[in-house]
Amino acid sequence: MKKTMNIQPFPMESEPCCCSAAAHTPDSYERPGYALCSFVENFESTAVGMIPHVKTYLERSDHIGTILTRADIGRSRYKISAGLYCVGKPDSQSPVLVTANYKLTFDMLRKELQEISAWILVLDTRGINVWCAAGKGTFSSEEVCRQVKSSGIATLVSHRELILPQLSATGVSAIKVKKDCGFKVIWGPVYTKDIRRFLDAGMTAEPLMRQVTFSLAERLVLIPVEIVLLRKYLGWLVPAIFILSGISPNIFSISMAWSKGLIALVALLAGILAGAVMTPALLPWIPGLAFSVKGTLTGLFFGIWVMAESWRNVGGVGALALLVFTTAISSYLAMNFTGSTPFTSPSGVEKEMRKAMPFQAGVVIFALILWIISGFVR
Amino acid sequence: MKDFRYLPDVSTLKLDEMACIGCGICEMLCPHAVFEIRDRKARIVDADGCMECGACANNCPSSAISVTPGVGCATYIIQSWIKGKENASCGCDCC
Ligand code: SF4
Ligand code: SF4
Repeated sequence: MKKTMNIQPFPMESEPCCCSAAAHTPDSYERPGYALCSFVENFESTAVGMIPHVKTYLERSDHIGTILTRADIGRSRYKISAGLYCVGKPDSQSPVLVTANYKLTFDMLRKELQEISAWILVLDTRGINVWCAAGKGTFSSEEVCRQVKSSGIATLVSHRELILPQLSATGVSAIKVKKDCGFKVIWGPVYTKDIRRFLDAGMTAEPLMRQVTFSLAERLVLIPVEIVLLRKYLGWLVPAIFILSGISPNIFSISMAWSKGLIALVALLAGILAGAVMTPALLPWIPGLAFSVKGTLTGLFFGIWVMAESWRNVGGVGALALLVFTTAISSYLAMNFTGSTPFTSPSGVEKEMRKAMPFQAGVVIFALILWIISGFVR
Repeated sequence: MKDFRYLPDVSTLKLDEMACIGCGICEMLCPHAVFEIRDRKARIVDADGCMECGACANNCPSSAISVTPGVGCATYIIQSWIKGKENASCGCDCC
């Protein structure tokens, strides 16, 4: 069962080109029309067919993929095929780890599995991470059972246990899984970094492994995506800013549209910096419970700077408009960040939005009126 | 996560202590330590820590817990106001 694959249907001439000339260069697994995933080392021949044996270290291409994904480039396509994989020398006693088919999640898991022998059952979560997929219903009891059945894992292991990430409990009911496919769900730790300690401790998690965290590092990696997602607003916001900036006593002035528009653009960037960078980074230290309040504070901080810098160019009314505008943008973006945190309840977010949004909209309109007036009073 | 607090008194989490059999699953599964087992019954000890993920209710063997689960995401909520809950999705591909 554990013998590695030994067929080489079309052996290439054994000319080592870049890799070593070992019997199983990755090339020997090539098939017409297929591409070998770079994270697959070789294949295990098992009773249910060839099971890809994956690397427990990350390579340059994995790191590059991670960086691009963090910047929202190709994020929705960053997935691997669902099904069964393995690490180490798995046998009928080895644990079965269940995970999502988001490549980033898969990478984070396999790099923790050095010298561990295990089966990895990857669910089809449409390339979405465990937590979001469970909330959305793709990491579900049904999907677990579907993959258990189609992978044939029941013939490979003699036990009847699956280790699931704790955060998938939102979508998976252990009772349903047991009833539908006979496997008992063991709840693993929240974070893959604890999986080794969890396995070593006989599949038990210390209380701290069961809690979510939201450290500075965890918040910082979210910022690039927050910013990139803004492009859908910037497409119309930036032109609108330039047009509004040009309104003048002689109807429209192109030179004013340009000069005032650039200043307003700085105010917009300051608002983005305050709401989508500073607020997430400094989250626990900014006073206030509601994110819109936190964003208002950081927005005021940046807005006052914008006001002071722009006073000479756009006058008092214009500078005030920019202060208000920066603050409103920051407040809104900070509120948007609730979606990326692991502690804001939907009831809370909805309550906050009902209160904050009319206010934010009113403030933006106020800023707009002031900005137009500033074109006339100078 | 005690250092991250959000709005108080909003969670829809409810526990029927009569129905609870004290199995401890909710205490183990909740990523925010909302429950504690005392005298072989679950108790809500930090209701404001609840993010309404639904993990506890989904796995309680005696259906003693109820919560309206959902996504605490502004974009999603705006969409659900406009298009209705079924058609809403976040702008992000995440949820
Ligand atoms: S999971 Fe349900 S039955 Fe078990 S302790 Fe919690 S409330 Fe009680
Ligand atoms: S809904 Fe989630 S956060 Fe709230 S008590 Fe249940 S498990 Fe904890």
